[in-house]
Amino acid sequence: MAATRRGSGASHESARRWSPVALERFRELEGATWSTRERRPGGLTLPLSSLRDVFAHREVLALLVRRDLKARYKDSVLGMFWVLAKPLVQLALYFVAIGLFLGASRGIPNFAIYIFTGLTIYGLFSEIVSGATQSVVSNGGLIKKVYIPREIFPIASTGSALINSGIQFGLLIVASLLSGAFNFAPQALYIIPSIMLILVYAVALGILLSAVNVYLRDMQYLIEVFLMIFMWASPIIYSWGMVAKILGPGILLEIYTDNPLTLAVLGMQQGFWHGDAPTDYPDLLWMRMGIAFIVGIVLLVVCQRTFSRLEGDFAQSL
Amino acid sequence: MAKITIPDVVRVESIAKKFILRKDDSLKERIVTFGRRGRQHREEFWALNDVDFSIQAGTTVGLIGHNGSGKSTLLKIMGGIITPTRGRVQTRGRIAALLELGAGFHPDLTGRENVFLNAALLGQSKAETEARFDEIVAFSGIGDFIDTQVKFYSSGMFVRLAFSVSIHAEPDILLVDEVLAVGDESFQRQCLDKIREFQEQGRTIILVTHGLAHVTEFCDRVVLLDHGKLVFDGDPNEGVTKFRDLLEERRLAQFSLSGEPELDTGYVHDVVVGSVQNGPSTNFTPGEDLRVAMRLEHPDGIRDWNVRLSLLNPQGITAISANTVSLDVTRKPLTGSHWVEFVFPGAQLGNGTFNLYLALDSGSTTLQVLPRAATITVAPIMGAGGLVFTRPKVRVSAGK
Repeated sequence: MAATRRGSGASHESARRWSPVALERFRELEGATWSTRERRPGGLTLPLSSLRDVFAHREVLALLVRRDLKARYKDSVLGMFWVLAKPLVQLALYFVAIGLFLGASRGIPNFAIYIFTGLTIYGLFSEIVSGATQSVVSNGGLIKKVYIPREIFPIASTGSALINSGIQFGLLIVASLLSGAFNFAPQALYIIPSIMLILVYAVALGILLSAVNVYLRDMQYLIEVFLMIFMWASPIIYSWGMVAKILGPGILLEIYTDNPLTLAVLGMQQGFWHGDAPTDYPDLLWMRMGIAFIVGIVLLVVCQRTFSRLEGDFAQSL
Repeated sequence: MAKITIPDVVRVESIAKKFILRKDDSLKERIVTFGRRGRQHREEFWALNDVDFSIQAGTTVGLIGHNGSGKSTLLKIMGGIITPTRGRVQTRGRIAALLELGAGFHPDLTGRENVFLNAALLGQSKAETEARFDEIVAFSGIGDFIDTQVKFYSSGMFVRLAFSVSIHAEPDILLVDEVLAVGDESFQRQCLDKIREFQEQGRTIILVTHGLAHVTEFCDRVVLLDHGKLVFDGDPNEGVTKFRDLLEERRLAQFSLSGEPELDTGYVHDVVVGSVQNGPSTNFTPGEDLRVAMRLEHPDGIRDWNVRLSLLNPQGITAISANTVSLDVTRKPLTGSHWVEFVFPGAQLGNGTFNLYLALDSGSTTLQVLPRAATITVAPIMGAGGLVFTRPKVRVSAGK
């Protein structure tokens, strides 16, 4: 005790007797690498260091995802099954109101599966984007007090969105198989790029908006509006063929089709729901998806760089 | 003992931090105040300005300064929580920041779940936490409540658990911001013991606090910040004295701003302080005879006059006080000009700044009060502290 408890005025330069534990620590620190905190350069460099940083914190990431899931349905009797409540009610409403009353189901066999396919993939997109947008602000307490790479928060909320949607995907697979709507053909492979496409765009938007939302809280409300528009702007409840009939071939139809959400919804339907005629689908779907995917990756990098630019001031703006 | 090289663990290199205060925060206001008018809606100030220093492993550094001096900002930059506008901070070894206890706690999770989450946030792996889990719970004194949701905890339990997690994170560098003031007395003692243990293990501690007693007790070194600039770096006692001087100056500045007259008008003139041995001086050496003299003047004459004086330290604690009535000084009614002199033989004042409070009464009415008639500075001798100084005699003898 006497070694560390310096009375007032005792010379601090005097040789202090260090314990073996302390000397061992000094030896280790001598060889340790320096970590630097300074303004991160924005620029168009690849976000490799951020990626490494997030990877180094993967245990925290896993715990944050679990925290989100546990805290969300804690103290509720049905727990995780509430995840299904919203999409199932939506399905019922659209099926009755739009399918039966407005007659949209006439040209589309297995209309329930058709809607549910679109709703499921769109639900994943919307849950990632809206959850991620709020993730940084709602973890403000943590960001102000502890250092962990901030990208963790939108990524963790993406993780919990994926798990929530996973249940719905499971239900979709079962329903599609039971009703015989599943397309046992090479087209079923479209499911994979569709999900990837949604992930890339949703994560890119989520990361960008989570940072912007810190400075402009309007974002979280604005995005709800846009998510509603996106839903109706992709062929979830109606078919692409109906749009093509009205717009006719031309630039408008191309714009409508090349919306990555539309492409993903179409891709999902190719797998989970038997299309009647190939004419009901745009040509060159593979190529369109490929281009959209590459554009998405570029967008993701740009969004991450923007995030990195903005995150320096998070702690003081929250 | 062989010379050992102690490595640096923190390097602060010309750090500057600019804050921008905005008065608008919604999209509508941003658009309305876009461009040049937007500029007017923001105010910037430098919380830190070109601060440079480095810290050796195993030192306990106190960061002190008045509110808004930038000490917490500096601590947050070291912890990586905010990025500096210019310059850089380098650290090595594992850092744990005790900035706000329980920041990562989620009310709906149990104590156990929160321990794992918080430990992970502090950079511990799951295996490490599992190994130390029992120790963490034992230190916190939570007991069986560990599997209860933390929203049902009392605030004391919450803080104790959070502190316990942070302290068991095995940091090489511990950043502490004003958290030593939480919990009951026995828990505080536990915390302080833990800090001593850390010091012995050669861990580096950087402490932001207003408790200057903690600084002189625990720190090896003090870094004093004033308006974002480093103004002192060195011995804790000197640093604390310097800081008290700064606080004093600020108070004086505020005082003169409020337009209060100092010694220009009224009945008391020419206050002189000093010692009998060395004559008038604002510096005083303990053991000399302290002399306080003042000239009183009244054109009409005062009956039943009484001079009251006290010497106060910057915390407002009285070191010496006296008044002429209770000293039973024979007083004639006062007319014209008179000198009144107080001598305190062998005044054993401790080090620091003392402030002379003077009041002149006539009967039961107070004619004049000079709260800051003069200041006396006592330099420390042999590193002594406290209100009173006496030269100690130390004898070591064998015996049981």
